[in-house]
Amino acid sequence: MSLINERFRGPWTLFKKETLRFWRVSFQTVAAPVMTALLYLLIFSHVLGGRVEVYPGVPYTVFLIPGLIMMSVLQNAFANSSSSLIQSKVMGSIIFVLLTPLSYLEFFLAFLVASIIRGLVVGFSIYLVAICFIDLPLTHPLFILAFAVFGSGMLGAFGIIAGLWAEKFDQMAAFQNFVIMPLSFLSGVFYSIHSLPPFWQQVSHLNPFFYMIDGFRYGFFGQGDITPWFSLSIVVGSFIALSFITIGMLKAGYKLRG
Amino acid sequence: MTPAIRVEQVHKKFGALSALNGLDLTIQQGEFFALLGPNGAGKSTLINLLAGLLRPTSGKLYVMGYDVMTQYRQARHALGVVPQELVFDPFFNVREMLRFQAGYFGKGPENNAWIDEVIESLGLTDKATTNMRRLSGGMKRRALIAQALVHKPPVIVLDEPTAGVDVELRHMLWEFIKRLNREGHTIILTTHYLEEAETLCSRVALLKQGKVIALDSTKNLLASMPGKKLRLKLEGPLPVSLKALVRQQEQQDFILSLNAINQVEYVLSELRNANIAVEDMQLIEPDLEDVFVDLMGRT
Repeated sequence: MSLINERFRGPWTLFKKETLRFWRVSFQTVAAPVMTALLYLLIFSHVLGGRVEVYPGVPYTVFLIPGLIMMSVLQNAFANSSSSLIQSKVMGSIIFVLLTPLSYLEFFLAFLVASIIRGLVVGFSIYLVAICFIDLPLTHPLFILAFAVFGSGMLGAFGIIAGLWAEKFDQMAAFQNFVIMPLSFLSGVFYSIHSLPPFWQQVSHLNPFFYMIDGFRYGFFGQGDITPWFSLSIVVGSFIALSFITIGMLKAGYKLRG
Repeated sequence: MTPAIRVEQVHKKFGALSALNGLDLTIQQGEFFALLGPNGAGKSTLINLLAGLLRPTSGKLYVMGYDVMTQYRQARHALGVVPQELVFDPFFNVREMLRFQAGYFGKGPENNAWIDEVIESLGLTDKATTNMRRLSGGMKRRALIAQALVHKPPVIVLDEPTAGVDVELRHMLWEFIKRLNREGHTIILTTHYLEEAETLCSRVALLKQGKVIALDSTKNLLASMPGKKLRLKLEGPLPVSLKALVRQQEQQDFILSLNAINQVEYVLSELRNANIAVEDMQLIEPDLEDVFVDLMGRT
């Protein structure tokens, strides 16, 4: 007997498949981003550790870890939905899902939740490895969880949009390199925006990644560049807006059903 | 009884190109039906519309009485589609992929016995735990057919199921599809092998430029061709008087089109008069290919 009701088995199956898809290649999808984050940590803490103190009483290495975790959470949540969609579109196997009675909303939820799971698995893995070497406080765990869930949800939805829009792998690579990478690197992962000139501080406020990183970091230290509630409202608002756009595209069958 | 497929005045445009122009078609339950036509006739467009992969510009399509647009869940439950291309998900093995496919249709572990039965019927038992990537083309084709059957659909559409497969597999697939039809499934087949349609299908629709130009039983379509063909192997050249009848020629082998059986006597007398000896001779009944060529040329 299955515990899942027949009505929900369709979206549950798609979610399970999307989760297993990354788990089967976890060396590439989980271990590799953990390794990348640790390399960033090693290099930046070696270069800047001891010279920079962003928040009072918080060493630079400790400051860096939450930003690196969140950056990896966001990038991997995006990668999960976008790579699955572009791959199945290019290979033609998307047809197997399109032929089924799954609704556009069920399709969205399955891809979204799988992306959140990948983001959280990668983030938690980096956290586990980091605390083996560094003492990291957990001042507001609920903020940490909320920013991780809504942030990865937002990037999961963004990944679906990119996956629907892109028709070739190079278009997806362009999306990743020219949109996701700059937004995540210029979001304050490696610095506090207070260290920037006023103009660039203003520009940073236009970057939604900044609110995700800052709010997530607040959960660890109880300190941030702006109030966490404001950041959370921006992140949740962006998540809802992107979800509506994604659902609209799926409902219209954008580049899926002619 | 509700028709398995009902298509009413369906138009489908891709920009300025009209792929279907007011197509009407009804296929009854239990039929073994062939959709024939040259490339670009609209066969795949029609299948994609039935499957919900495309949306009609206008008109209505029903599968087992369910509107494919407004009652898409029921319509898709009733339909199994075997795509033409050998597409697959490279992350999973055959059994996993089939269980996922059944799961999308709301089928759980209670359906696993049926999946194993389908695997066995299609000769995939040895490959059930093999990753899809590692299967040969023929095995991938079988897996695609299995995938269309996991949710036990009453209507099965096979888009060129035997394209590019060897003779042995083709016959194996023919037997399997015939068995499905005997068990009550409605089968809709598109194929470029007209011999396949003639052997398997009880009714045929010929499509040209997005319209049905002929729709009848295979028997009636064949009967509509009054003439026969005469294959001759001659020891000399064909007399000039018979050149008008030539349909095909390969060195000293000729295929002549005859309007009626009594024309045989005329052909033989002309050969006798020209003193040309006949090495071999065969009278051939018209086949679906003749009907196809005749109708495509006529309309």
